[in-house]
Amino acid sequence: MIQQKKSFPIGLTIVIILCAIGAVLTAYRFIAGLGAVSNLSDGRPWGLWKAFNVYAGIAMAAGGFTLAATVYIFNLKKFHIVIRPAILVALLGYLIAMLSLVVEIGLPPYFWRIFFNYNIHSPLFEVIWAILLYTIVLVLEFSPAIFERLGWKSPLKAVRAIQIPAVIAGIMISTGHQSSLGSILLDMPGALHPLWYTPYLPILFLVSVLMSGPSMVILVMAITSKVFHYKLETGILSGLGKGIAFITGLYLVLKLATLAIAGNLGLIFSSAPQNYLWWGEMLIGVIAPLIMLVMPSIRNNRKGVITAALLVVLGVIFNRFNVTLFGLDMRPGYTYFPTLIEIGIAIGLVAWALLIIWMAFRFLPMVDKHEEAHA
Amino acid sequence: MTKAVLFDGPGCIGCRACEDACKKKWNLPPIEITGAIDLPAEPTTNQGTYTHPAELSAYTWIKVRKTEIDDAKGFRTVHTLRKCMHCVHPACVSACPVGALQKDDNGATVYDDKKCIGCRFCMLACPFGVPTFEWDKPISYIRKCNFCYDLLAEGKPTACVTACSRRTKCITIGEREEQLAKGRKMIADSPGKYVDHIYGEKEVGGTNWLYLSEEPFEASGLRTYNSTIVPANFKDKSWGGNWGDLTNKLGTEPVATNADRAMEAVPFVLPGVAIAMSGLYWVFKRKDKLSQENALKKGGKGMTK
Repeated sequence: MIQQKKSFPIGLTIVIILCAIGAVLTAYRFIAGLGAVSNLSDGRPWGLWKAFNVYAGIAMAAGGFTLAATVYIFNLKKFHIVIRPAILVALLGYLIAMLSLVVEIGLPPYFWRIFFNYNIHSPLFEVIWAILLYTIVLVLEFSPAIFERLGWKSPLKAVRAIQIPAVIAGIMISTGHQSSLGSILLDMPGALHPLWYTPYLPILFLVSVLMSGPSMVILVMAITSKVFHYKLETGILSGLGKGIAFITGLYLVLKLATLAIAGNLGLIFSSAPQNYLWWGEMLIGVIAPLIMLVMPSIRNNRKGVITAALLVVLGVIFNRFNVTLFGLDMRPGYTYFPTLIEIGIAIGLVAWALLIIWMAFRFLPMVDKHEEAHA
Repeated sequence: MTKAVLFDGPGCIGCRACEDACKKKWNLPPIEITGAIDLPAEPTTNQGTYTHPAELSAYTWIKVRKTEIDDAKGFRTVHTLRKCMHCVHPACVSACPVGALQKDDNGATVYDDKKCIGCRFCMLACPFGVPTFEWDKPISYIRKCNFCYDLLAEGKPTACVTACSRRTKCITIGEREEQLAKGRKMIADSPGKYVDHIYGEKEVGGTNWLYLSEEPFEASGLRTYNSTIVPANFKDKSWGGNWGDLTNKLGTEPVATNADRAMEAVPFVLPGVAIAMSGLYWVFKRKDKLSQENALKKGGKGMTK
């Protein structure tokens, strides 16, 4: 415990300051309204919060369901040690997405209306419900850490009994909403640039989180290995790296194939400046990590795999910004650049997540001893 | 029974009586279903033309857009309407997560304050860029033309149509099929007066507001189902939207076609995933058990506790 106290030591003050700023700005948003705090407009109704906190956040939180599948379904026990940190990161990702939804809707006091009014044809309906339900699943998956700390035996037993069904439900819900985030964009054929718009967007979204998920697991492992002082086995990393290489290769083929089917393959050379963004996203998140992970010398190198994983995550974040901001047309006559308040609220939410992660490492048993005993 | 309004562009003189009537109608004290709506006059700035205000907003649901054209044929102005087109298959109705936007029996796409959560997905889904948001309030609702659904239900014309009927009569209301026939007849009867295109007949699967124009619709900043040129206003953009020569034409399919198709697959895909995962769980568990039994047989130390 004393050693763990020193985790995240340097940034903690900064994180707490950002949390405070974020909280004050969020309160101000609820008093003053969206128009007063943001540069959002009729021409750009969704801005930084949707791109960063919802789209990028949920893509990064995909580590939760991919690792849960790896550990509990595919029974790969060597990943047990990171299951709690990875679930916690995912849980916070979803909490950020949910909070940012509440912050950015026009009628925050009436958020409960989603529980009583249904439109099952709406992809956003599925996404909002999935975020709510999956957050509950993640709370269940993480709750043993809290029950262990408190020493509550019977809730612990109950949660362990429903662990596998909960994991399967989590995978099902994740498959659904990760792809439905792409379906949301299918409703904007006239606005989303043809470099990104394809009827197969839901599939591309799902495949892209299958590469960002395991990459996040690698990053979480890299950080927790320092906190727990365990040795990161290069074998595990390169095994994951091999899987990520396979998925990135598949993603690259799908990206090019969907463009070719629509007859838009030529746009990757001709539609400046949007094609620079496309190339940026593909080079950083797909082509570079693919080349790195295909080469055995880098794949079997700890730092090499971690760098490749970081690139994949950055590339997927870049992609989410492209489809929700840079590549999404505005109504004629409008411009958008986020205000400092928008940026402050977006970063504030992430700061709260970091603070909770720090507290979890400080106060909760982050290694699942129960699973360790089984392994 | 679907009502449709036919707008005769060349007949419009830009008097904006329709805008005025709309604001007066929805400025009235509490309206039964949607609650109090106030459509005040808006301060505007000089746009370099006669067109005011600049765009639709939460307080302007119908707007006469006046476009000045100065080319080889001489200087002239074209009028068009900016407002909700009341699509036959509206993307906003499909997109709204809470069903706050619904199509009524008269073909009006009506917004319900009491269901909305303010997510603004309708604003992004709309191919015509119509729904607007009350940005200036802490509790903000979506606002758009609702086709005076209360008047339509009583069999009366909308406020804007009534106002226009006292002046130029360039907007008229009737059954959709009749209005289309009337529009085609107007085009055929006066050769050279109109472009041979009823805007809204085919665009995104058809709309209940139908426009006629003397100039190509792109000239007044409207994308059509088969646009080959980009309307000038769509080109004039800063960061985040400049599709260059890509026209992004509207097409004849309802906007939500692809999204609906994807959502229809969900009830089949999700149980499939659950069954597949359960199966895989069983397979890997069994594999693990077998390998442990083998280890025990070989006299090795048991792995289980």
